[in-house]
Amino acid sequence: MKLTQGCFSFLPDLTDDQIYKQVQYCLANGWAVNIEFTDDPHPRNTYWEMWGLPMFDLADAAGVMMELAECRRVYGDRYIRISGFDSSHGWESVRISFLVNRPKQEAEFELVRQEGRAIRYTTVRKPVEHASA
Amino acid sequence: MLDVPQKTETSEAAFDLRKEAEAAGITETLRELDQELIGLKPVKNRVRQIASLLLIERIRQRAGLVAAPPTLHMSFTGNPGTGKTTVALRMAKILHGLGFVRRGQVISVTRDDLVGQYIGHTAPKTKEILKKAMGGVLFIDEAYYLHRPDNERDYGQEAIEILLQVMENQREDLVVILAGYGERMTNFFASNPGFRSRIAHHIEFPDYSEQELLFIADLMLQERGYRFSTAAREAFEKYIALRRTQPFFSNARSIRNAVDRIRLRQADRLVADLDRMLGVADLETIDSSDVLASRVFSGGSDARSAKP
Repeated sequence: MKLTQGCFSFLPDLTDDQIYKQVQYCLANGWAVNIEFTDDPHPRNTYWEMWGLPMFDLADAAGVMMELAECRRVYGDRYIRISGFDSSHGWESVRISFLVNRPKQEAEFELVRQEGRAIRYTTVRKPVEHASA
Repeated sequence: MLDVPQKTETSEAAFDLRKEAEAAGITETLRELDQELIGLKPVKNRVRQIASLLLIERIRQRAGLVAAPPTLHMSFTGNPGTGKTTVALRMAKILHGLGFVRRGQVISVTRDDLVGQYIGHTAPKTKEILKKAMGGVLFIDEAYYLHRPDNERDYGQEAIEILLQVMENQREDLVVILAGYGERMTNFFASNPGFRSRIAHHIEFPDYSEQELLFIADLMLQERGYRFSTAAREAFEKYIALRRTQPFFSNARSIRNAVDRIRLRQADRLVADLDRMLGVADLETIDSSDVLASRVFSGGSDARSAKP
């Protein structure tokens, strides 16, 4: 199942040219671009690992693409996302975040129902061997 | 039907060279280069050649001819104060106007910005600078400091390797300009042959002649709203002739410092007499006494004289 997280995730995966343009848009707005990766894309997992420091003061997206290529080479089997952080007053938060890399075998999640006095639902990751190929 | 690639018929047939050059801002930038930079004949010629090549290359691209992106890395060698940095800034403008760099910013660095202090510090540092320079020009001043032949474990070598790799693989993303004093750059290239071959344009900056230095001084004063009196101009001619023979002479930079000190002396002279009424002419004229008070006339800047 295709994981849908962040911007553009209901579209076909972005090509490198499209990623370049999105990153250039971030830079034009003065946002700091950051590359993160993880092997646990659970929706509640907000703590992805950082690929180096966020990139400040860049003029051209080629620098980000260089880092992304390097990150893909090392962690090509994980989820990688790019985020743009707006530090201007009043925003001070992530303005854009989108996936740029998925593993061949995508992570799958299911709802588990627990019945007691109340009914509770939890999102649980399916173990890999049960996941459909 | 033959299976041959179809020629694209989008190519135009005729080009108005003048219009093209003006659209790219070349004529304007080259004229500025001619007017604002004095002397430097070989440099200007080379810059013009490069600009022409880039222009033709761009038109060839549009005409559908084979257009290999030219290698644009350069090295500027010359004595101190011969205008290497100034020309590098102009170069970025030309390259940007022609669309060979996308953004046209100039990142000016020295060894300190590229080389780290401990193991594992150099690569991230160099890469960060490279990322900032992407889409523009990376200007490495005094590049020979990157290589320290006396210390084989110096981290400079690591920075050089990363630089070379990016210079080769991402030629269309950034242009690297190395600058430094002639002889030491020659040594640097001799010990790093990879660098020499990856740089297409080696440009030498000649020293200025005395006449050119005088012109430069005139121009600097004009920019600051001053002018020489006839006597002061003659005195300054003598000043240049003397200063050139003294140690630590660095061409235009020495002239700039001299001009700044002359301004100090002129202000001092005017303030010394508080009862006088001043006219505009007094404010903008440099007198010969302002020039002649220089240490240069009393045995040189390294002589132990108390005169400022």
